[in-house]
Order: sequence, then structure tokens, then C-alpha cells
Amino acid sequence: MFKILNIFNLLFLVSFAQAQVTKGSLLIKNGTILTVTKGNMENADLLVENGKITKMGKGLVAPAGTQTIDATGKFIMPGIIDAHSHIGIDVVNEASRPSTADVWVGDALDPLDLSVYRALAGGVTSSHAMHGSANAVGGECETIKHRYGTLNPEEMRMEGAPRTIKFALGENPMRVHGEGNRIVPATRMGVEQVFRKGFEDAKAYMAAWDLYEKEKVKNPAALKPVYNKRHETMAEILKGNIIIHCHSYRSDEILMLLNVCKDYQIKRLVFQHTNEGFKVAPELAAYGAMASVFADWWAYKFEVYYSTAYNAAILTKNGVVTSINSDSEEYIRHLYHEAAKTQRYGSLSDEEALALITINPAKQLGIDQRVGSLEIGKDADIAIFDGHPLSIYAVPQYTIVDGVVRFNRSKDAADQRLQASATRAETGFFLHKEQHNHDRCLEGAFENTATFFGLERE
Amino acid sequence: MKINVVFTLFFTLALTHSFGQVKKSTKGTFALTNATIETVTKGTVSGTLIISEGKITALGSNVTIPSGANVIDCKGMFIYPGMIDGGTQLGIVEVSSISLTDDSDELGELTPHMEAITAFNTSATAVSVTRVDGITTTLVVPQGGLFPGTASLVNLVGYTPDQIYAGFKGVVLNFPGAGRRGFWDRRTDEELKKQEEKALKQLNDIWTEALYYVQVTDAAAKDPSIKVASNPEMARIAEVIRGKMTLLIETNKASDIEAAIKWAQDKKVAKVVLTGVAEGWRVADKIAKSGFPVITGPIIALPTRASDYYDKAYANPGIMSKAGVKVAIRTNDQENVRNLPFHAGFAAAYGMSKEDALKSVTIVPAEIFGVADKLGSLEVGKLASIMVTTGDPLEPKTQIKYLFIDGWIVPLDSRHIQLYEEFLNRSPGLKK
Repeated sequence: MFKILNIFNLLFLVSFAQAQVTKGSLLIKNGTILTVTKGNMENADLLVENGKITKMGKGLVAPAGTQTIDATGKFIMPGIIDAHSHIGIDVVNEASRPSTADVWVGDALDPLDLSVYRALAGGVTSSHAMHGSANAVGGECETIKHRYGTLNPEEMRMEGAPRTIKFALGENPMRVHGEGNRIVPATRMGVEQVFRKGFEDAKAYMAAWDLYEKEKVKNPAALKPVYNKRHETMAEILKGNIIIHCHSYRSDEILMLLNVCKDYQIKRLVFQHTNEGFKVAPELAAYGAMASVFADWWAYKFEVYYSTAYNAAILTKNGVVTSINSDSEEYIRHLYHEAAKTQRYGSLSDEEALALITINPAKQLGIDQRVGSLEIGKDADIAIFDGHPLSIYAVPQYTIVDGVVRFNRSKDAADQRLQASATRAETGFFLHKEQHNHDRCLEGAFENTATFFGLERE
Repeated sequence: MKINVVFTLFFTLALTHSFGQVKKSTKGTFALTNATIETVTKGTVSGTLIISEGKITALGSNVTIPSGANVIDCKGMFIYPGMIDGGTQLGIVEVSSISLTDDSDELGELTPHMEAITAFNTSATAVSVTRVDGITTTLVVPQGGLFPGTASLVNLVGYTPDQIYAGFKGVVLNFPGAGRRGFWDRRTDEELKKQEEKALKQLNDIWTEALYYVQVTDAAAKDPSIKVASNPEMARIAEVIRGKMTLLIETNKASDIEAAIKWAQDKKVAKVVLTGVAEGWRVADKIAKSGFPVITGPIIALPTRASDYYDKAYANPGIMSKAGVKVAIRTNDQENVRNLPFHAGFAAAYGMSKEDALKSVTIVPAEIFGVADKLGSLEVGKLASIMVTTGDPLEPKTQIKYLFIDGWIVPLDSRHIQLYEEFLNRSPGLKK
């Protein structure tokens, strides 16, 4: 069975290596370019050839027939990157065990998800489609590019992006497994031991395979260890091949995972939500752990009651690579505004605020060589606004992925659904109230989702 | 004048340090000088604004500073009226996932006599978190059943219901509707329709009963021999029928909005405000024709239908406003009511004029609540509910430098700010 799974994985690898990615060429004329990493350029042009940025400067010319965008009076910034979302995937939680390192949300990408278009309309070109937070060790995640319009799930993957996995601390795994299933973890102490056991099992598993590889040379009939995808994934974390992205709130649990990672020499670690990251910013900075946070969410459950909207500013000023994420199909549409809130709460500079939604999340996902700033040679993932993106009055006008215009405010039709299906038909009117009060992270964690959301009271 | 300057310095220090551990709100005579004064109703004025005995007593370029006034030099700064959020659960929900801290939702469909202001925790952490961003007044709205209770307008300074009450109460009606509440709401169309019809019948039955109650109590007022048993539910709805209280009708789907308008007109309800109104843009002309004002929001929200353009929730206030509807904006939030100016800002970015967007969180809600003689703009005689800012209050970058609510100068302090001060440069740091 596991072998079959492995073959499937292999097929996936082959197929996404072959997935045809649509790339475009275009010339953006006479705008203010906010490179994020290398300052601003006024009245400048940006040339894109075959999906890559090839030139930036004044008076650029493109080959005849190249699509041109007049950006006079407009602001050109790197496409926004969301280090924590759940759009473009079919399933969020495999909530059946405290550790499900053997699953991968990338198995079920959904190119029809309208949320991807709506994210583009907020200037967002890439997102980290994450497993949920029901389990201490969740599944592997997928870094996607918002190539909305394709019907091929393979084309949504950001080809070559590093592997990432979701971990989760605190109330969510405690509720689902401790309270819900009456198994460990019911406490933050229990959560720690899920990780330690997982890594010990992985070490034993690696040792068994090492032993087998040595034995095999002497004895071709040596007994192979039983393949175990869960241990295999945890072993890949130990080898540094998978970045941990850990749902976290309280400072004590953040320090706990830092210590676990220290003990197992795991370096690649990003805390997600990290509401109390500000309390342990020096420890995070010293370890090189990064933080992806909300701009101002707090008080929707007890473990976020002692939060502050100054979190991103404190982390940034203490030297922690920090990003602002959405964790929401609604908030992903205005991450530029969420980043702007750090100017109210902590007076971050324009560059610091924009880095929170561009180069910093790119670093956290290990894709900063490709995206996250406007530089020659980088992917042409670009957002164009009619005003400075940190202004409340700024409206995204164009969003470009690999040089292809995927959102055009002046031209796009209202109805952007790619196709209706039995499960995705227009289901009528939805009032989206209090979206941030319910963890999208916990979607699917309870058998009866309607019960979880309190609908049974009606 | 020199003395005044010295006093100002002392005063500023006093606000931040000399009060010791506890920062308190205080009252006094204040002269806010050299400011750009955005009155909202009477244009922009450069000069001085005087606050005395809790009220604005003078403003303009030619103003005499009363002797003994605390002078605050507002050079380069702007004065705006404090903002009013036309619908929140601030103060009645502390931590939404912990039901015992949620006082917004009483059991039962018919509880119009539940008073939101009774459960308002004036010391809730979120109160100071909200007001330091310039939101000085909020409508506290109970939620849940058909008639979940009575909403109250409160000023965010003070410790008792009397101290915070800002002069408006309204009875909330969640108008029966057919909307789903999210992707997880799997009720069939038939189930929805059935529930809607059942709720509408219930509403009409309640209304009929309340009309009888009005007749009986009218008769009892004239004839002492008629005894009327205590019926607080009916007594409250009777106040709406008698035109003494406003009915706040929560309705969001286009067809429901139309049905609610028709219902309120048929019943000849004297004072009606439509709230929510997420799909107001679909029926904006009909709302305008009804003359009913609207409190809409949240604005930073998803469209209500998958087939709608992505920006419809942002554009909704502007479309209604252009059609002639009187539009106020609310957050419908609890802990993040501080985002009110940003909801107004998004409305402005997507079609509402900047001027109307500012009005939708100041003078318009004041007018809707009948308190425009006290709140909502900078005019002589009004309460001093004022923020002094570094710029446009709808811009995230803008800082709020001084805050007055209901005449009191309020310290710019909250737990979020305290945590910032404690942890920006933590001590001990990495090494103890």
C-alpha cells in the first residue's frame, strides 16, 4: 500500500516537472517601482520577457507587439505573498490522529477555487496552502502560484518551492484530540511529547534503513524495514529538507518548540500566528526562527487574549524575519492594508511594512531567490496599484503572475467562476459574518462542521 | 502665554508620567491651538478649539484663550470629531470562543427588553483598545433571536451605565431571512424557506399581540379599574409602535431588504433604521425611496454571492449613498471595532466620496441616532468628543495624539500599548 502511495508521489513529481506553466512578456511603462529590497524608482519602466523581469529603468522598449501597461501615476510592487492560507485546496484537515505527517494537501489542489481570483484582486500572487491545525503534526503543505484560469491542478504548484509541513500548538490540537478524542495531547505538555516521540521514531526509522543499506551489501536477502511515510516525512525534517511552519500563540509553547528544535538540530522553523511572539522576540531572533503573524487579531479565544497589534513591529525591530498572513479567504484580499496597520501600531517604515507581505514571506517559504521583490531575473509576479499600496485609498489594478495578467480591474467581468459543478454551484446568498472568529485552520476537524459553528442552535 | 506653554509641557508630562502607575481620564478647560480643524459639517477651519465643562465652547481663527486653560499646541495636527460605530458587540463579548464571556445573545426569540447596556463591561480590555484609535462612541447591539434586545449608544469613557449612556436606544429586530450563513450551512432551499415563513408568521403574531397590548394599556391609562399584567416584552415593542423608540431592522439579502421595507411600511412603524444591508447595492433605489436610513457593515468583507464581483461589499456604501440613501458604517465587530476608520476608508476607495465616508462614521450616525446636537461634528455647543491626529484619520499611517470623549481627556493607553512598551526592548533581554 505504501509502495503504491510512493509510486503515486513519484508520478506527481514527474507530472509537475512537466506541467506547462504559462508565461508572458509585457512592458510596464512610467510608474513608481517599489522594489522592496533595492529602493524605489520614479517614472520607471519594467520589462518582462517570458515570465521573468529582464529590465528596469527609464525609456525601455519592448519588441513590437509586446503587451504594454501604462502605469503613469501608479505604483508597481512585487506580487504579494501570503505565508498562511487555505485557498486553492480541497481539504484542510486530516484530523484523525495527533500526528499526520504522512498526508499532503498538495494531493488535492483545486484550480476552480474562486478565492484564488479574489486574492489576485488584492495583489496576491502566491500563497502557502496549508494543512490545518487540528493535529500537533499536520500534513505537508503546498506553495501555490495564483495562475487562476488554468484548469490543471499541476499548474497551480510553484514548481521547485521547498517542502513545508504544518505543526500546531495549543488549544486546537488539545481540543480536537484531548477534549474530543480523549487521547494525548490534552495539554501543552502533551503537545511537546507528540513532537519528541515523532522525531525519536524518525531517528529509529532512519537508523533501521541505514542498517539495512549496510546489510544489503553483505546480504542481498536482508530484510527491508517496513516503509512508513509518517516517519519518512519526520526524518526529512531532521535532514533539513522540510521547513516547519508551526501554528502557535503563547510564548511558552513557542519556546517549547524552539527547545525541541534545538535538541534535534532543526534550523528551518517558522512560527505561524505567533501572537505572543513579541514576548520572545530576542529568543526567536537568536535562533533564526521566523514569525508570520496577523496584523491585529486578538481576543477571539483565550490563548490570543494577551496579544498586541504591535506584535509585527516588535518582532521586526528585534530582528525577527516577520510576515503578515491572512489565514482567511477574506483577509488575503487586503494584505497590503494589513501591512499598513504596522505603521499605526509601531510606526514601521514603508519598506519594512511592504517587506512583511513580500520578501519576508518569500524567505519563510524558501522562495526568496525567485519572488518577493522586483529584481532582474526574478519571476514577473507583480501588483500594480493606483496609489501607494499602504494607503487606505489604494486599489489594485493589475496582478501579474509569470508575466501573465491574471487580474485586470478595468476589464474583468463580474462573474469569475471558472465552471459550475455539483459541489461548486452558485449556492445563493452567504452572509460572511465574523470570519476571523472561526479558525479556518480547524475546518473539517469536527465530524459535523455545522455543529462546530453553532448552527444546530437554529 | 509663556505660562501656558510651560503648563502645556507640564500637562503633557503629567498625562504620560506624573500620574504614576495609573493613568486616569480628567476634565478641564483646554485650548487646542494652531490646528487644522475638520468640522465635518462646516468645512475646514484653521485655528483654536476651546473645550470647557465638557463642551466645545469656541472654535476658529479668532478665539480668546480662557485664562487657566491647558494649552495644547496642535501645530501640524488635525482635529476631527470622534468616530461613532453604528453597530458592535464591544463590551458585551470579551472572548468570543468562551461562551460565558459572551453576553450578546440571550435565549429565546422574543427578548426585546434585554438591555445591552446592562451587560456592558466598562472596564473590558477592548474598550481602551478601541478608543485610543479615535472611536469615541459605539452602538452596543444584542444579537440572536427575532427580537434579541435593546441596543444602546454609549460613550467609551465612564464606569456606570449612566456615565456611558449617549442618548439613544433602539429595539433590534432580526428580520426573517433566507440567507445561508457560510459554506458550512448545508440547509436545503426548502428548509430555509420553511424557517423563513415560520419566523415571519411568528413576527406578525408578536406584532398583533403588541398592538393589542397598546390598546389595553391605553385603555388602562384612562380607566384605573383595568389591570394589566406585567409584560416587559410587549411593553418594549409597544414603545416602538407608539413611535417612542426606533426599530433597528437587521436585514441583508436583497429580497429580504425589500420585504423588510414593505413590512415596516405596512405596519406603519414610525422610526425605522435598516442595519446590515449587505446587498443594499442591489436594491439601492428602493431603499432610497423608503427614506429609511441604513447602518451597513462590515465593509471589509466578502461578496454575498460567488457570482458577484469581488469588490461588492467594499462598493456597497458608495452605491447606496449615490442612490440617495443616508448611510452610516459599522464594523459589527467586538474586539476590533478600532478598524472602523478602515471600513470607511475601503468604502471611499471603492466609490464613496471621502467626505461621505468620514460622515458615515461621524455626523450621519449621530443624526440617525438623534444625537446630532451633541455628537458627530465640531461645532460650538457640542460635546467634546474629539481626536487630534497627525493626518487623515482613515489612513492607517495616521497617529492619534490626543483624545477627548464626552468632554474628558482620555489617556492614550491600552493593554496593546502597554505590551508594546514592555516588550519592544525587553528587560531582561536574551541574557538575564
